[in-house]
Amino acid sequence: MQEVMKKRAKELLASGEVTRVIGWKKNEFDYDITPAVFETAEAIDRDFVYDDFCGPNLSKFTFQHQKNDTKTLVFLKPCDTYSMTQMVTEHRVNRDALYIIGIPCFGKIDIEKIKADGMTGILSVTSEGADVKVHTLYGDKTYVKIDVMAERCLACKSKYHTIYDELIGEEGEVMETDRFDQVKELEAMTPDQRFEFWRGELSRCIRCNACRNACPACTCESCVFDNPESGIAQKAAADSFEENMFHIIRAFHVAGRCTDCGECSRVCPQHIPLHLLNRKFISDINGYYGEYQAGEEVGQRAPLVNFTKEDVEPDVVAKGGK
Amino acid sequence: MSMNEFKPKIVAFCCNWCSYAGADLAGTNRLNYPADVKIIRVPCSCRVNPMFILRAFQRGADGVILCGCHPGDCHYTTGNYYARRRMTMLFSMLDYLGIEKERTRVEWVSAAEGAKFAAVMNDFVKTVTELGENKRLEDLRCKK
Repeated sequence: MQEVMKKRAKELLASGEVTRVIGWKKNEFDYDITPAVFETAEAIDRDFVYDDFCGPNLSKFTFQHQKNDTKTLVFLKPCDTYSMTQMVTEHRVNRDALYIIGIPCFGKIDIEKIKADGMTGILSVTSEGADVKVHTLYGDKTYVKIDVMAERCLACKSKYHTIYDELIGEEGEVMETDRFDQVKELEAMTPDQRFEFWRGELSRCIRCNACRNACPACTCESCVFDNPESGIAQKAAADSFEENMFHIIRAFHVAGRCTDCGECSRVCPQHIPLHLLNRKFISDINGYYGEYQAGEEVGQRAPLVNFTKEDVEPDVVAKGGK
Repeated sequence: MSMNEFKPKIVAFCCNWCSYAGADLAGTNRLNYPADVKIIRVPCSCRVNPMFILRAFQRGADGVILCGCHPGDCHYTTGNYYARRRMTMLFSMLDYLGIEKERTRVEWVSAAEGAKFAAVMNDFVKTVTELGENKRLEDLRCKK
């Protein structure tokens, strides 16, 4: 797959169809993958990589690194295409200056799960089919891929590409998922238990803003959290209120536009399950205003900038929900 | 009345065209409602950003109520329909985080409903008084 992608990228660069390529690049470790812009065939040969660690959603990176005067090639996994479609709908990227190649995804590996299993001194990790071979200073170990897959990939919502100019590999389908199970579990708790649960999670927040920066729906150029008047612009959350408020507002600002790509939870250095906040909004929207998946097609109207005269009243929450 | 009796702080966001006039009517009709209610006038219920509500809690409010025109009667035609969706989402999220759902409320009060305004405020203040102080969504620096 990686070689096919490299070849196609070099072809498009050589023909002048595109002048830049957005893809993934390996850092010091096998599992340390970062988005990158490639401008020459040599750079692609040297650095370009696509493997089971290429988790970063390139849609947000495209938004930050797109140029209007030249065409950019970008490789998108199925869940990245949902984010891209949403950004095109919101006119946050210039679709005409993009050449999108859809690529298949078979689930990404979460290195934290391997590390949590006690693996230290990791030298390399290779993934072939269902086997993940970890080579360390102290010996080798082979995992079954499903055991070390990222949580978001275990509840994968779709293998279908919603936007592309060209596909490599075969088109997949929208999947049945149980992604709202955890939300339901939380909803079934008492308010006191929920409060304790979220205090335990959110009190770990260090306000690094990584969740905001990585989120493909958070594309405002000036953000409310950077406004000194907002009351929560500190570099560190001063108390429990700010922790709660930051996360409520962050999730609220993407409510109805969040495609549930899971980047927020992936980038969180404190491993806070932020996607559970977004999924709560998605499940509420589905329950109250009808099934809605953001980023399914260009031109959709998000539920929170829409209404019907028959909408439920807000006191439905006090009465016990759906 | 004892000194220790809990008096809640209630913030009421009232839309300029209906509920604020409704509050005015309650006043001219000499209907009583608790002085714990602090009214903030907004051009439309839709003007209320979820952050306003959280900020009110941050600064020490024990309950926040949003009053607007009845759906269909908005001065700007559709504002309160958007507010309705937004507040449903916000209240549901607050409940999800374990914050008492009785502390927030939306009521539709028209300019002719002075009596309803007074009744709603009496009821809301009573509910919040029973709940007690807002402990779960407060900023310690703001409570001096």
